[in-house]
Amino acid sequence: MTLHDYLYYIILPVLILSAILIFWRLLKGPTIADKVIALDLLITTGIGVIGVYCIIYNHSTLLDSALILGLIAFLSTVALSYYLEKRKKK
Amino acid sequence: MIEIVIGTLATFGALFVLFAAIGLVRMPDTYLRISVTTKAATLGVGLVLMATAVFFSNSGVTSQAFVIILFIFLTAPVSAHLIGRASYFIGIKLWDKSVMDDLRGKYQKNSHILKSVVDDTPEDNVDHTQIENKEKRD
Repeated sequence: MTLHDYLYYIILPVLILSAILIFWRLLKGPTIADKVIALDLLITTGIGVIGVYCIIYNHSTLLDSALILGLIAFLSTVALSYYLEKRKKK
Repeated sequence: MIEIVIGTLATFGALFVLFAAIGLVRMPDTYLRISVTTKAATLGVGLVLMATAVFFSNSGVTSQAFVIILFIFLTAPVSAHLIGRASYFIGIKLWDKSVMDDLRGKYQKNSHILKSVVDDTPEDNVDHTQIENKEKRD
């Protein structure tokens, strides 16, 4: 089993399984804070998937989009928590 | 040899991301979910990106991967603190088997200031037991 097969048939399905679990929490989440956390963690898992795809397809340019995704995850969490805090203040 | 290193790093990274996902589903409380997901997922994604940095033995790609790791390590605790603070302010309850709540009555509702002692202005303090009593009265 080469490294390509190992990454393609074992590592990627594990990451996709965790993304499915996180997406279940994003849909179900009893409070809105749970949904924000799940969204943040979903984007972080996406960065991991992009890293694995970089190794599989031997394309290092995909890491640029991983950097942008990390930036978007941080900004969205900051903005959503800011507005959550403002919402009840009136 | 280098393939074994890449495989090991990617395996541990994927396992930590999986543990974070299981923790997000299984933990009983918003604050526990914040705690478990931030640490485990940060470590997992950091390990996967380390595998990428080892695979491309090229200083440009390696430095880019380390920039992403550094960015995630800097921003994950900040965003976890912000969302935890916001969820405490909007009155999300702790798990009912939680032993103690150190923040009880110390956040001020109007000024959003954290005080180190519980002062005697109960109408301005964020107190989850008070919220519960109010809901029962309503």
